[in-house]
Amino acid sequence: MAKTTKSGGGLAGAELQIQEMQAFQVLSPDGKVNEANLPELSDDQLRELMRRMVYTRVWDQRAVGLARQGRLGFYAPVSGQEASMIGSQFALEKEDFILPGYRDIPQLHFHGYPMYQGFLWSRGHQHGGQIPEDVNVLMPQIIIGAQYVQTSGVAMAFKRRGEKRIAITYTGDGGSSQGDFYEAMNFAGVFKLPAVFIVQNNRYAISTPVSKQTVAKTIAQKGLAAGIRSVQVDGMDVLAVYAAVKDARERALNGEPTLIETLCYRLGPHSMSGDDPTRYRIKDESPAYEENEPLIRFRKYLESKNLWTEEDENKVIEETKAAVAEAIKKADQYEKMSIPNLIDTVYETTPAHLEQQKQEYLAKEGK
Amino acid sequence: MATMTMVKAINDAMRIALQNDPNVMIFGEDVGKNGGVFRATDGLQAKFGVDRVMDTPLAESGIGGLAVGLGLQGFRPIAEMQFIGFIFEALDSIMVQAPRMRFRSGGQYSSPITFRAPFGGGVKSPELHSDSLEGLLIQTPGIKVVCPSNPYDAKGLLLSSIKDNDPVFFLEHLKLYFSLKGEVPEDEYTVPIGKANVVREGTDVTIFTYGAMVHTSMKAAEIAEKDLNKKVEVVDLRTLSPLDVETIVSSVEKTHRAIVVQEAQRTAGVAPELISVINENALLSLDAPVKRVTGFDTPLGHPLIEDEWIPNTKRIVNAIEEVCNF
Ligand SMILES: Cc1ncc(C[n+]2csc(CCOP(=O)(O)OP(=O)(O)O)c2C)c(N)n1
Ligand SMILES: [Mg+2]
Repeated sequence: MAKTTKSGGGLAGAELQIQEMQAFQVLSPDGKVNEANLPELSDDQLRELMRRMVYTRVWDQRAVGLARQGRLGFYAPVSGQEASMIGSQFALEKEDFILPGYRDIPQLHFHGYPMYQGFLWSRGHQHGGQIPEDVNVLMPQIIIGAQYVQTSGVAMAFKRRGEKRIAITYTGDGGSSQGDFYEAMNFAGVFKLPAVFIVQNNRYAISTPVSKQTVAKTIAQKGLAAGIRSVQVDGMDVLAVYAAVKDARERALNGEPTLIETLCYRLGPHSMSGDDPTRYRIKDESPAYEENEPLIRFRKYLESKNLWTEEDENKVIEETKAAVAEAIKKADQYEKMSIPNLIDTVYETTPAHLEQQKQEYLAKEGK
Repeated sequence: MATMTMVKAINDAMRIALQNDPNVMIFGEDVGKNGGVFRATDGLQAKFGVDRVMDTPLAESGIGGLAVGLGLQGFRPIAEMQFIGFIFEALDSIMVQAPRMRFRSGGQYSSPITFRAPFGGGVKSPELHSDSLEGLLIQTPGIKVVCPSNPYDAKGLLLSSIKDNDPVFFLEHLKLYFSLKGEVPEDEYTVPIGKANVVREGTDVTIFTYGAMVHTSMKAAEIAEKDLNKKVEVVDLRTLSPLDVETIVSSVEKTHRAIVVQEAQRTAGVAPELISVINENALLSLDAPVKRVTGFDTPLGHPLIEDEWIPNTKRIVNAIEEVCNF
């Protein structure tokens, strides 16, 4: 067979190669620390990180139970992603603005969004999206990718007003296949925006493994196509995630956006609406991830420094159970939604045709 | 004959299409091993292989474009949109590229694509999983829009859609997937696109409807017969574009009164189009203005009040009474 082009030579020199790299890590799976990478955190802060991860785990287990009892609506479990979620939010300042996906309720919560509103959002109650005024977050996004492009807009607003704050957003490995994902980073690069883009690579998009999502060896390298700084982090390592986001935040404030891929694993089902992981999980993969999950690793480290005890852990567990019980009670007691209220929130001023629909409803079926 | 749920009937249609035509392909998010989030494609990848039943990366605009390209090359793609609310990401393919292929090429090229998506409320799904967007789709020249109300029609209409040389958007009402069982022939058969079905004969008023609202309307018709002594005809449109003008007009000429029931929000869409058809073709047969019973002009995304949002038998019976007593 005749060869049409000669490979090698000049063409080989023109071929872009992505260098091998290692995901950034501070804590090894057995809890040993790489001192060179260790972020500056006080003992209290270290304990706080652990407290938040345990809190999130217990809250998640409770929420899964509530969803099974039919007491929640849509719920996407977070177990396995605590380090990625908690570590990244911990690196933010209160004025930073979070644009979350549907799974990112813990970050919202630690940024000031009340738990009971998370439950209401899950049930589809409008109040779930009524973010308190001093809390800088958007309600969770349903459309995969939409939050990414909007992040560039929020970040541009901060830049234009000369405010020292960043916009940060989250999506998953699946989300990184959307056009919006690339467009967002490209815009942030072009306009030098104070933005941080996180991809929580939990290895699956519902049933689809990341290997079917892309043949790129990393998701981080997708940022390179947009020309922005891109890093990959061990997302089961809360200190690594914290350090990477802290660094990205500083750079973002100087007009340098970053894409951060956190390598984690979703230990539970995709959501509580009928997903069955046994249909698609790669056999024997879960136990390895379970051993490597973020709480075990960080607990080992803290115990080695005498910063965490079983007593501490039990205290957080009890504290969380009480907080969840109180939040669900508050959600249950919250004023019910109604058709007239819904109609009145579509426009600033309800137009005549909608007003008529409301009046007809009230006359015939209203209470 | 076999007793099947609607989702099984849909699965069965795709199995037959894959079996009979090597050019049929299915792709979308989670349609492979997982068999789709509602199991509509359950077992099809195992039977026909990963080259014909494929999980795609998570990108609706990619799915749409892939379908247009394959269609251009003579394949018959069945492209699944996981939920109706995610078609917006693919609208360039669904509303522009696929439906304009024929006219742009002066009839040279075509887009024999079947887009499928679950839609509709009543199962408490989150925002953007339950909208009714058929109004948007029927405004698009070049694409047909089909919406079955039962397992028999679902299988027959899906087989017609796959065979059709023009793009078809096949709407599957979420509430009907599992709640409704019916007798379905195991072999291949088709139900024609563009033909409505009179599912209940009556003489006093006709209800035109489709999808899950067919069942709500049938219940309302029974109540009206009992409580109001009115004989209500119910027409299941089955195809929303092109509308079956002949069946619509002849029913109005028979009953002289009409109501359109749609789950979708009120403004624009199937109901106003149907009323225009009646105005243009049967205005002088009418004894009363045509009424519409619809959702409200708000998004449907709040499972807690969707039961109040979605038209119910009470609202339909009220409309029957008003139209009959005009
Ligand atoms: C535009 C759009 N397409 C499809 C979906 C349906 N969907 C919800 S979650 C999901 C998988 C997302 O996977 P990934 O991005 O990896 O995030 P993860 O759920 O794993 O956190 C899909 C396909 C959606 N919500 N939005
Ligand atoms: Mg994922």
